[in-house]
Amino acid sequence: MPGRLKAKIVAGRHLPVMDRASDLTDAFVEVKFGNTTFKTDVYPKSLNPQWNSEWFKFEVDDEDLQDEPLQITVLDHDTYSANDAIGKVYIDIDPLLCSEAATVISGWLPIYDTIHGIRGEINVLVKVDLFNDLNRFRQSSCGVKFFCTTSIPRCYRAIMVHGFVEELVVNEDPEYQWIDRIRTPRASNEARQRLIFLMSGELQRKIGLKVLEMGGNAVVGYLQCFDLEGESGLVVRAIGTACTLEKMSTFPATATHPNNSSPSKDMKEPGFGEEAPGVPLSSGPPTPLRAQTFSSFSPSKSYSRQSSSSDTELSLTPKTVGHLCHFCMIPPSPFCVFQEYPFFTLTIFPPGFLLHVGGVVSARSVKLLDRIHNPDEPETRDAWWEEIRQEIKSHAKALGCHAVVGYSESTSICEEVCILSASGTAAILSSRFMQDGPLDTEHRLSQFEEVVSPGCGFCHIPYDELNIPFPAQLTYCYCCRRYKVPDVLFTTIDLPTEANVTGKGCLIQARLCRTKKKAQGEGNAMAISNLLPFLEYELHTQLMNKLKLRGMNALFGLRIQISVGETMLLGLASATGVYLTALPSPGGIQIAGKTPSDITYEQHISNMQKKINDTITKNKEQYEINPPEVVEEIIGSPIPEPRQRSRLFRSHSESSDEVSEIDLSHGKKDAFVLEIDDTDAVEDIHALLTDSPTPAGNTSMFTSVRVFRLNANLTNQGLNKIFSDLCENLLKSLYFKLRSMVPCCLCHLNFTVAIPEDELIQVAVTAVAMSFDKEQTLENGKRSGEKTLIKAITENDEQLQFNLEPCLVSSTPFFLFSLLFLSTPLSFPLALLLSTASSMEKASPLPEGRSRSLRSNRSYSGSSVAVVKMTPLSFIPGAKIIKYLGIINMFFIRETSSLREEGGVSGFLHTFIAEVFAMVRAHVAALGGNAVVSYSMKECVFMENPNKNQAQCLINVSGDAVIFVRESELELTSVQPQSATTQTSNGGEGT
Amino acid sequence: MSMELDVFVGNTTVLDQDVYQLWLDGHTVSDAVRIRMEAGALQECEANAEVLHSDTTDQFRTFQMCERLLQSPSKVANQLLFQIPPHRQTMLIERYYEFDSVFAREVLGKKLSKGTKKDLDDISSKTGIALKSCRRQFDNFKRVFKVVEELKGPLVENIQRHFLLSDVLARDYAAIVFFANSRFEAGKRKLQYLSFQDFAFCAGQLISYWTVGAVDNMMEDLDVDLEKDFLHDLKDLKVLVNDKDMLDQHKSLVCAQLRGKIKVFSEMEANFKNLSRALVNIASKLTHTKDFRDLFIDLVEKLIEPCRSDKWTIGDLRLFLKHYSSSVHMLEAFRHQVIWDRYMSVIKSCILKMYHD
Repeated sequence: MPGRLKAKIVAGRHLPVMDRASDLTDAFVEVKFGNTTFKTDVYPKSLNPQWNSEWFKFEVDDEDLQDEPLQITVLDHDTYSANDAIGKVYIDIDPLLCSEAATVISGWLPIYDTIHGIRGEINVLVKVDLFNDLNRFRQSSCGVKFFCTTSIPRCYRAIMVHGFVEELVVNEDPEYQWIDRIRTPRASNEARQRLIFLMSGELQRKIGLKVLEMGGNAVVGYLQCFDLEGESGLVVRAIGTACTLEKMSTFPATATHPNNSSPSKDMKEPGFGEEAPGVPLSSGPPTPLRAQTFSSFSPSKSYSRQSSSSDTELSLTPKTVGHLCHFCMIPPSPFCVFQEYPFFTLTIFPPGFLLHVGGVVSARSVKLLDRIHNPDEPETRDAWWEEIRQEIKSHAKALGCHAVVGYSESTSICEEVCILSASGTAAILSSRFMQDGPLDTEHRLSQFEEVVSPGCGFCHIPYDELNIPFPAQLTYCYCCRRYKVPDVLFTTIDLPTEANVTGKGCLIQARLCRTKKKAQGEGNAMAISNLLPFLEYELHTQLMNKLKLRGMNALFGLRIQISVGETMLLGLASATGVYLTALPSPGGIQIAGKTPSDITYEQHISNMQKKINDTITKNKEQYEINPPEVVEEIIGSPIPEPRQRSRLFRSHSESSDEVSEIDLSHGKKDAFVLEIDDTDAVEDIHALLTDSPTPAGNTSMFTSVRVFRLNANLTNQGLNKIFSDLCENLLKSLYFKLRSMVPCCLCHLNFTVAIPEDELIQVAVTAVAMSFDKEQTLENGKRSGEKTLIKAITENDEQLQFNLEPCLVSSTPFFLFSLLFLSTPLSFPLALLLSTASSMEKASPLPEGRSRSLRSNRSYSGSSVAVVKMTPLSFIPGAKIIKYLGIINMFFIRETSSLREEGGVSGFLHTFIAEVFAMVRAHVAALGGNAVVSYSMKECVFMENPNKNQAQCLINVSGDAVIFVRESELELTSVQPQSATTQTSNGGEGT
Repeated sequence: MSMELDVFVGNTTVLDQDVYQLWLDGHTVSDAVRIRMEAGALQECEANAEVLHSDTTDQFRTFQMCERLLQSPSKVANQLLFQIPPHRQTMLIERYYEFDSVFAREVLGKKLSKGTKKDLDDISSKTGIALKSCRRQFDNFKRVFKVVEELKGPLVENIQRHFLLSDVLARDYAAIVFFANSRFEAGKRKLQYLSFQDFAFCAGQLISYWTVGAVDNMMEDLDVDLEKDFLHDLKDLKVLVNDKDMLDQHKSLVCAQLRGKIKVFSEMEANFKNLSRALVNIASKLTHTKDFRDLFIDLVEKLIEPCRSDKWTIGDLRLFLKHYSSSVHMLEAFRHQVIWDRYMSVIKSCILKMYHD
């Protein structure tokens, strides 16, 4: 009996009227945990009942504490008929199980009903007494901390990074059980909500166990997803990075994990969260096994593999596990902690951790879903992901890298077809954080590394330049002049803080829509598999062109999302483009005509060319990209624009043998005329948002959702245009909405595309807008000195990144291409892609909520509701996070059968999203927090049936609840309070 | 191809004050888009009509969702659905309860019942205020009236406490409640020249000096009702006109004071008895509901119009009323000085407020 859960029901307010006759409610509350239920007394005839109950005590195993939510149901007592439910509150107990997180949950929580939405609030108190459990074979993992943040949380330092953890659990979806035919929609929704709560609790517990086994005490970059597979079940899966973390305040720390060595070593090893300037870097020496690895790139091989596996699973993934199992490129010892997959879900690293970046690696696989027969052993799903991870691993290896960072996984499901995607950035990491002390020293000695300037080191190629796995143009690094760098770098990670960047960053987005024939089962899966490489190739081409148009040479936070629908495939790639000082200046874009004889056509082309060149010049000015003039002293120095074309050819021809199949498409690319989309994109209005990066004052997070319906028969071009316009318009809308915050920048823009129904495209965007408060900047600059200012600016650089979904990486376009072709037959005729579908759907971008943070909580003390900020970033600008209270992971379903009365689909969804925000805020406030960082809306599934006046929506959100303190409040205690007080009196007036 | 769904939700609710005003004014989305375009919204941020339409629709929906809360403003501060900074909450509430005085003038003195609601169409076409906006304003009046009707204590404070309005706005609402409660006649043709602000001022005077609450603010009933005893006592003032001696004495006292000070002295002298009779008669008849409701029409017909036809200036009238009321103190036979002052001070300021074209 290792735990006692105590709950007390204090009061309710704003309850709905349940008794029409008296306009009042006789409310009481049921408190349920596991199979135990307690009830309060009925508080008659009140909409603001004061129950003030006793403490209800549940004595439970800590395993249950982790799995089960506390379920509070508010009911209306009815003497003659059944009691009516008013609504429910699910409380995740997990934050209370860790000594360093929250200690009590106390506050007003919205009472939620899946049909009526929020119906009043209830004030509860929840506590947990944990007893020490010495049982080694326990099934619980209480005390393991979870963070959604994809960097080492700000008030911790990492003693050790253990590596990748993953788990998935499956179950039948209650919505598809036979009983659903006879129960009410409410009962069905509640069964689903409860099941998902249980499953995510279980998942977290299991991951926690794995972490404990590895000797860690925390999971960072925890990413949990749901796959609603319909008939075939419900999958909840999660990945994360196991770490051993230590509170920063306790420095110098004594060892907190068994593997750790002496305190003295701790002292000399700076933690993740700290500054560690100029640490010696080590990298793996080039491996002799390169050639062998490389052979797996042969398309013919992958082709045969695929055909052999095309039975029920059409896999894009080559099952080339055999020779890739070991990391032979590096001394094995430091990486024994890596487990099977050297993957890291982190995107921001402590200085000195990330040595070299190879490029984006990604893998996709198309599967046919079948019923999960035995939920306890979800082997199929595990095996699917296994394959993908193996492929990622082999791709990374081909790039001469031993690790994958910024790793993420996603799925897209349409009927019985499911696309699994994984992507990350191949990299070489310092072993410092991954091994024991003695090994560390030894290893370091064994390495023949010199100190490399941290500003460019990560750009240096990790692979052997004589044996490049793909055609690339290498030059000597423009910073240190000693190592080779590629001409373009794509990554899924955030821009390292120490990187040397010229000018400003901006959002780069590639959008693509491809029609596909309606098909069933295997045929459908096959069609999708065949389409995918082309889709990715075009996305990549678009990204490259747009990058060049802006005069930039690197992408960070690249996220490629591919969505599948009945009749089309959608691809959306977004990333932050920057100009890395270390990389060569990008070449221009050359347009080649197909019919050079025609003079007017030539004229047109040259006009276009001029327009493009002008745009590049303009963009360079706008983003302040003025790379220093370089004395041409090195081989492979950047080639001036007019020679770009020939350069492309050259690099192509260099790539000779393995990639020969690519030649065709390569040649095609060379003659690629910029599409209208691309030229349009030139006129992107980012100027507004990328204005003057100075410390941010206000932040504002929002969600916006759009759904577009296409009803015409469109060609791919038409469709593309519409999709592209949709995204453009969405962005324009955002700029317009946020115009009052200018100067501001839009950060962590997270697009999610989906094809919810046959003719609909849905796009959701989550982002945070940060405005730069000029006064505050000045004040900070003056008061807290330059250090703050500089720090803030670095943070801003990070903010400029727009992180999008899963993606591919490559250091050049061709690499990406070769990756893709690995798993699909090259011979597939392009013409097939162009087959038109009779009906298409288009969804509009669905931006997710954005939270606007107020300048100061204190200034609004007049309000009785605590202000809770939400941000998709891992930090709050101008503020210091002093405590992490635990993970927030909530799942809600909302359904209506009076859609018109609730304002149509927009009104319905608007209300629902607002309610979700409200519930997240209330739960954070109840934990004692004042912000959610690393917030994301993982799932937003919307279905409607206008004929029946019905709609249903599922939303899953997650984030880290934190307490933050404004830096201004910490440092400027004398000045700030005054202004804050003034504000209070103003703000409080009349309320 | 069409936009099926378009939603934008901020963690902190995003509100545009200009759009809020358009919504309050009862414009449709397309009207509002047109107005914003004319106001130059497109110049900002390279917006296009589509963007503007989407933004407007979104804002309107947000306001609609907030409306339920705004109808019981005390809930706005402790609701959880919308995170709105307090100063914005105040703005939302204040603006929601603001009304067009032209509209209020039309409704003044009418019963705030459903029957009247049908007249809203007429008011709307007469004033040019959108029907939707009329509805909102009328419902606000009714809601405030209903809540305050049941409460004890000072009217203005009650309104402020329950609806979180500014002092100025709360006073205007008090006037509306007072008129609706007392059912003063305000719609007659002869009263058309009076604005809402004129009436609101008079109502304020009446509330401050003649009501139950003016004497004892712990009274159990709504302090909107006039003090019965006071009205009854006003009958005693009749002696001023019924007693011939007293009337003559009063006249000579006033004339002595005003001689040479006002231009219309002769007219005043000739008319004194009529004017005095009018003032006292109005006072003595206030106990009758019918006469009480006609207070303002009586003031106009019996006092203001005669003076106006004799071309009194406002200065003349002010001097006259001042001395008219103060001279009574010199009448030794008159024993109702307190009642007289309480009556005259209010009547004087009302008349002066109402004395314009």
